Order: sequence, then C-alpha cells, then structure tokens
Amino acid sequence: MTLLAVEDLVIEVPGGRAVDGASFTIEPGEVLGVIGESGAGKSLTGAAVIGLLPAGARMSAGRILLDGERIDDLHEEDWEDLRGKRISAMFQDPATALDPLRCIGAQLNETLNAHHPMIEKVRRERVGDWLDAVGLPRERMRAYPHELSGGMRQRLALALALCPAPELLVADEPTTALDAPLRVQVAALMRRLAGRQRTAVLLISHDLHTVAAAADRVAVMYAGRIVESGPAEAVLRAPAHPYTAALLAGLPGVGPRRARLPAIPGAMPLPGTRPDGCAFHPRCARVAPRCRREAPTLAPGTAACFYPLTAQAAHG
Amino acid sequence: MTIARLVLWRLLQAVPVLLLVAALAFALEMVAGDPVTASLGPDATAAQRAAAVAQLGLDDPLPLRYLRFVGAALRGDLGVSTRLARPVGGLIAERLPATVELAGVAFVLSLAIGIGGGAYAAVRRRARSTRLLLLASLFGVSLPTFLTGTLLILIFAATLRVLPSFGRGEVVALGGWTTGLLTGSGWAALVLPALTLAAFQSALLLRLVRDGMIVALDSEFVRFARARGLSHGVVLRHALANALTPVVAAAAVQLGTLVAFSVVTETVFQWPGLGQLLVESVATADEPVIAAYLMLVALLFVAINLAADLLCLAIDPRLRVAPAGGA
Amino acid sequence: MRRLGLGPGGGIAGVVLAVLVLAVIAAPLYAPQNPYNLASLSLLDSLDPPSFLRGGIGQFPLGTDAQGRDVLSAILYGARLSFMVGALAVALAAAIGVPVGLAAGLAGGALDAVLMRLADAQLAVPAMLIALLADGVARVLLPRSWLDGAGVAILIAAIGLARWPQFARLMRTAAHLEGQRDYVAAARLVGIKPLVITLDHILPNVLAPALVLFALSLGLAVIDEATLSFLGVGLPPTRPSLGTLIRVGSDYLLSGEWWLVLFPALALAIPVLLANLLGDAIRERLGPRVRARP
Repeated sequence: MTLLAVEDLVIEVPGGRAVDGASFTIEPGEVLGVIGESGAGKSLTGAAVIGLLPAGARMSAGRILLDGERIDDLHEEDWEDLRGKRISAMFQDPATALDPLRCIGAQLNETLNAHHPMIEKVRRERVGDWLDAVGLPRERMRAYPHELSGGMRQRLALALALCPAPELLVADEPTTALDAPLRVQVAALMRRLAGRQRTAVLLISHDLHTVAAAADRVAVMYAGRIVESGPAEAVLRAPAHPYTAALLAGLPGVGPRRARLPAIPGAMPLPGTRPDGCAFHPRCARVAPRCRREAPTLAPGTAACFYPLTAQAAHG
Repeated sequence: MTIARLVLWRLLQAVPVLLLVAALAFALEMVAGDPVTASLGPDATAAQRAAAVAQLGLDDPLPLRYLRFVGAALRGDLGVSTRLARPVGGLIAERLPATVELAGVAFVLSLAIGIGGGAYAAVRRRARSTRLLLLASLFGVSLPTFLTGTLLILIFAATLRVLPSFGRGEVVALGGWTTGLLTGSGWAALVLPALTLAAFQSALLLRLVRDGMIVALDSEFVRFARARGLSHGVVLRHALANALTPVVAAAAVQLGTLVAFSVVTETVFQWPGLGQLLVESVATADEPVIAAYLMLVALLFVAINLAADLLCLAIDPRLRVAPAGGA
Repeated sequence: MRRLGLGPGGGIAGVVLAVLVLAVIAAPLYAPQNPYNLASLSLLDSLDPPSFLRGGIGQFPLGTDAQGRDVLSAILYGARLSFMVGALAVALAAAIGVPVGLAAGLAGGALDAVLMRLADAQLAVPAMLIALLADGVARVLLPRSWLDGAGVAILIAAIGLARWPQFARLMRTAAHLEGQRDYVAAARLVGIKPLVITLDHILPNVLAPALVLFALSLGLAVIDEATLSFLGVGLPPTRPSLGTLIRVGSDYLLSGEWWLVLFPALALAIPVLLANLLGDAIRERLGPRVRARP
C-alpha cells in the first residue's frame, strides 16, 4: 500500500503559486529523490509534507495522504503526535539545526525518550548505538555541536531524525551544505540506515550525486510541477524530459556523456510569472509551437513533454 | 584552565581601575579631610595638633600616605563621617541590609517579569495582550525611576491608600542583619519600592528577551526539533534557553544598574539604605562617605561584570573554547 | 520626516517634540508669570487648585504652589532650565569625548589602551550614579561659599563627565578605521600630520551617528538632571528645574495637592516618551550602531 501520496499540491506564496499541482507517491521503504533547480518548489513541498510550511506560504489546494489518511488538514496538536513517530525531517544546514547549548547525547536522549519512553540504562545504550550507527565515537556523547565538523553534525542530524523510527523521512537538501566528497557518503549512510528500519525517504536535493547515491526513484520538479519521474537508474541514464537532460548535462560523471554545459540558458519562472503552455518552453532547445500553447501533463512513468528525448513509456 | 585564566585576567585589568578610583578618593581626603580636628576636636592647642600630625603620619610623603589609605580601606577602615561623626564602615554595614533586600527583590521581580513577559510577547506575537505589554514596556524604559516611584505613590498610597509610601515597615534583627522579609508590614512596605526599582529593568529585559525569543523561534534548530516530534513545551523551553544566552550578560549588568537606581528609589520612598546615605552625604559634602562610596561602587561593578562573564561561560558551551583555537 | 524614512510614529513624535521644545524655549514670551520674580507672588494665592477644578482661579490654569507661584509658569521655566542643562551637559560630554576618542584612535598603542579602558570602566557604571558621585566630589572640593551660585555649573559638569565615554567610543572606532587607510600612511610618509588629514575624512563619516548619539544623549541628560534635582543635589527650589518641582511637589503627595506633582511629572514624561519613540525610529533606520545608555 502506498505510504505517502501527494495529489495536485498547490502552495501559494506572496507573488503567486510556488508549487502548482505537484503529484507523486512514495511506497513503504522507498527512497524518492526529488531534483530540480532551487526555486522549483521542492523544499516547500517537503515542508508541506511535514506540516511546517514557513510563514507566508499557504497550501491552497490538493491533498497529502499518509497511509491513505489526509494529514494536510491536521491541527497543530495532532501534528505533534505524528511528527517524529511517523514522519520525521532533516534540513539543509547542520550548523544551525542543532541546539547549540546541549551536548549531542542529551539531544539524542531527549528525542528517543519523546517517542519511546524507556528506562535510563536502555536509553543510554540506544544513544550509544545511534552514535555508532552514524560513525560518531560513543565517547563523544558529551560533545557539543560546535565541537563537531559539518559532516559529523549532519550525520548526527540524520541519527536524530531517524531514531524515532518514522515511516517517512523528509530530507530537505541534507547534503547541500557539505563538501562534495562528503555528500555521497552522507547520502549512502542515509540510504543504509533508512533501509535498515524500512523508513521511506523523500530526498529533496539539487545535487544529482546525492540523489544518484540514495534514490530508488527520481522525480524532477520544474516551476512547481513534477515534469518527469521514474526509476532512478532509468531517469538518470536516459532522461525523457529536455529539462532533466539539461540538468544532467551540466554534471560530470552522471547521465549521458556529453560536454559539460555551463548552465541551462535563462532562468526558471518566478511564482506568478509562469508562461503559457509548457513552463520550460522559453529555455527549451526542442521548443515547438505546440509547447507555447498547451501545457503537457505527466502520465505515470513518463515525462511531461510533447517531444520527449526517449520513447514513450521508456521508464516503464 | 581557561576560566581560571579569564578570572585572573579580568582581576588584573580591574586593579588599575580600582587603584585609580582609590587615588581619587584619597585626593578627596587630602583636600577636604581634616583628621586632626576629627580626632582632637576644634579646641586643641597647636602643640597637641603638631603631635597628632606626627602621630597620624600626616607629614609622611604622599605615596606612603596613599598606600596607608589603601591599606586602611582594605581593612574596612573608611574614616569617620563628618556629618554623623560615626565610622563610615559601621554606617555602611548598618544600611546594607535594606539596600540588599530591596535590590534583591527587585532583581527577582524584573527577571520574572522580563523573561516571562518577553517569552509571552514572542510566542503570542500578535495578541492584543502582547501589544499592551509592549506599550507598558515603552513606559517602563522611558520613565525615570523617580517619576515611576512618585506616580506609584500618587496612585497606591495617596489615592487608593492601600500601601505605605515610606520606610521599611517592621524589621527583625538577625545577628548583624536587619530584615523586613519576616513581617507583613515589611513586605507591604517593599511592594512599591521594589516595583519602582524593577520597572525599568523588567521593561528592558522584556524587550531583549522578546527579540531573542523571536529569533530563536524562527531558528532552524527549533524547526528541526519540531520536525522530529519534540513536544511544544520542550521546544519552547529550548528556544527560551537559547534566547536567554545573550540576555544573561545584560541581566547581570542590570544588577549593577539596580544598585545605582536604588539610590533614587530609596530617596523616593525614604528607604533607610545605602542610597539614601549617599544622597544625604552628597548634599552635605560628607567627604569620607563619598570617598568610601567611590571605592565601593568601583569594587561592586568589577565584581558584577566578572560574575556576568562567568555566568555566560557556564551557560554557553561555545564560549568555553578559546576563540583562537583550531577547529 | 517621511523622507528620512522614520515611519509615521517616529515622524509624529519628532514633530510634536520639536514643537514642545520650541514652546518651552519661548516660554518667557507668553508664560503667565515670571516665577523667579518673588515680588510678583502673593501668599494669598498659595495652594490654589487648577482652574478647571472647584476653587480654582482662571489666572492659574494648573494651580499654585505653597508660595503662590503659578504651576504652569514654574513648569515652563523649569523645563527651560532642564533642557538647557541637558544640552550644555551633552555639549560638554562631546567636547571631552570627541578629542579623547580621536586621540585614542589615531595614536593607538598604550594611549589608546589606557583611554579606552578608562572609558569602558566608566561605561560599566550607570551615568546617573557617576553624575551623582561627580556632584559629590565637586561639593567636597569647592568652597562652601561657591556652592549656591555654582549649582548649575556643577550639575552640567557632573552630567557631562558622566556621558563622555560614548562619544569617545564612537570617535575612536571611526578614527581607528580611518587611520588604517593607505592614504594616512602615505600622508605620514610625506610628513603631514595624520590628525590634519584624517579629520577631513573622519568627520563626514561620524557626523550622522554623532548627531544621533547627541540627540539620544540629550534626552537622557535631561533625565539625569531631573533625577539629581529630585534627589536634592541639583538645582535649588529658588530656581527650580522639573526635577526640583517634582521633589518639592512630592512633599504634598499625601496631603492632597496632587497637581504640584502630576503636572511637572507629565511635563517631564511626555517629552521623554516622545524622544524614546523618535529614538526607536532612528535606531531602526540606522541599525544598531548607535545606542545611548541610561
């Protein structure tokens, strides 16, 4: 049974719609990588799933279902019961995500205790286990966040987010603040630990290496909509949407071997300035008259494009 | 080790300041003090006076006399008040309890109002009650202490006649300490002065705590704490702890400000403490008391600033690392 | 005001404050009475309530005090005196602090360390307490016979001495930054005194924050003056400032002549509140660089 279903999600920010009808699903234990340039609405989508939209952003249409039940209309008190235990999240910047005043053991301890009350001795053991699991020495239980490196902090954040054993983890740009070599390492660790306890992951990233290292399936987001989705392997190797192809082309070592392009020409439309037809058409190398008139829709396992690069249903 | 070095460094820095203030006090004594008349009375003969000058060491070189002055001050010998003809040390000891109790209660009160009100104003950012609270705090930081006190007397003592407007009420002697905290009238007499003294500090703290709490509530670690399901109460507590770290130093320094403004409050409410003694002494140019006060104030503020630094270290682990140290 | 970007609250506060200050300065032109002219007072008029109350006389809108003095006139003249003492005290503070800060910032080294240590040590103690102690020291050092005539001067000196460090800090930072520029080193090489060349560059930079500090300090200095006068170590009852009026009036608090306290208190509180609103608006505009301290 589908764990998370996001249906026609619309999120409005001052200026217009930042997320404009995004739909996707996540199966239990599955890692879905959502990629796209910054401003595509990825992070807002993640924030809506965890019920923590920033001030000024408002979900105005669509549904979010967890195990078939709506969670987008919950009251804050009900969210408190849900968060951690069933849906957890981690964010981009490990430097600011941890309470600077308390040692890391205490923060793990507190998070464990909030969801699975257990006797002190067992809990202490579990804190140690989690530090082991993310590769931090047990002796550093009493260390403070500022005494850890960026990579260590983000691994700790991973432990904090996963230790309540949620069914779903929303990981919003979990590797973006890290140096390139660390990204794949943290992404792989996340995949391993989540898989161990069958936690599904909504992995939001604009770093394709991170997604390639962790995701089972990939959804590509552009201007507030999903424009392509499918198995990670297939999408990253043989993109169907010109936008996906352009993203991949900007990246060495992933996807079709081609000369690295500096960037995709032009910029993604801001909320409220979405052009008619396909939102990508002003930047698209394969643009045709139809693209300016009609907006393509996304059928399962395909790309929202009238002229995909690969054959229809290539992703199965 | 770092902490010990910090304390030592701070004390070393304070020594020249303290010696300078002592020199100022000594200069006052030199210009205005008349120890011969003070010890012999005005009717002494010239011979008696000459003998006293020699005996008191008044013809010694100035640096020697300065050292002797500092030494005497360190032993608590602060001279004799010209106005009251009593040793200054004894006068201060007698007045100290009233001031300590007033400043202490006002400090607790301002912490309670400042932290509680500030946190409330940040959590209920748009509530009508918050707007009232902020308006009240504007009055609190704007009105001079003596005006606050006078207006409180006008309302609660003169018009409503529910609280006394002067004195300490009934006090109980406990050894060398007199306390008003054990009698009903003592507490009643404390209400208006403590409110007056706390008004400015609590309003200032309220604004600082509110600003800090708003930043903390919007911070990433609060978002992450909520995202992993920590309860509302726990999250608020951690946010408050973080909001308070920058406030701690300010709050500790406020204690010094409280002592300073207790001078005004004590005058308004005729509270028999150190502040009233200082004002009376300034008005009558009572040199030994003013000299003693100069040194006392310098010492007090050195101690308070040191305590503030140590408190910050205790709360914020980030400060415990030497800033120049490697990663 | 709108052009300065102070927002409607700050703008209104500024305008009202300016009108009040002008009105107070011009007081002798329209005040019903000269409160210093004892001959014009009549004891028959003593302790009259305000004219809008039963028993009040139209001649004394805010009532009279125990000497039969018109409270409105006393407030107007008292506020004039308070503002004057505050302005001169801040001018003195700037006159001390600006050269000290310049010297410390340009000379650097030991002189800088000593002067700024001194400034910081004094900043740790509230200005009101420094002013009170300075007042006490002055009273000890000056001969008794001088004290009555020199009351205003002592008060100005005490408050000025209490408020110089903030000006010194501001100037020191500006001078220090400017002193490190290349052109100063170049000027030194060709033998131009750094003071001459830097003044040209420093002054425009610090002018705005210095003016704001001056304005904010002005309000606080007025409060210092009122506080000292209230404590009875400021201006004498014969030439009362607002603080003196409140002190004298507070003796009548419990006997029912509330107008002797309330009106002078409002006359002090309203400008101070307005100054704070204006200060908040200016700070919001300039950022946290400038902050006057109580």
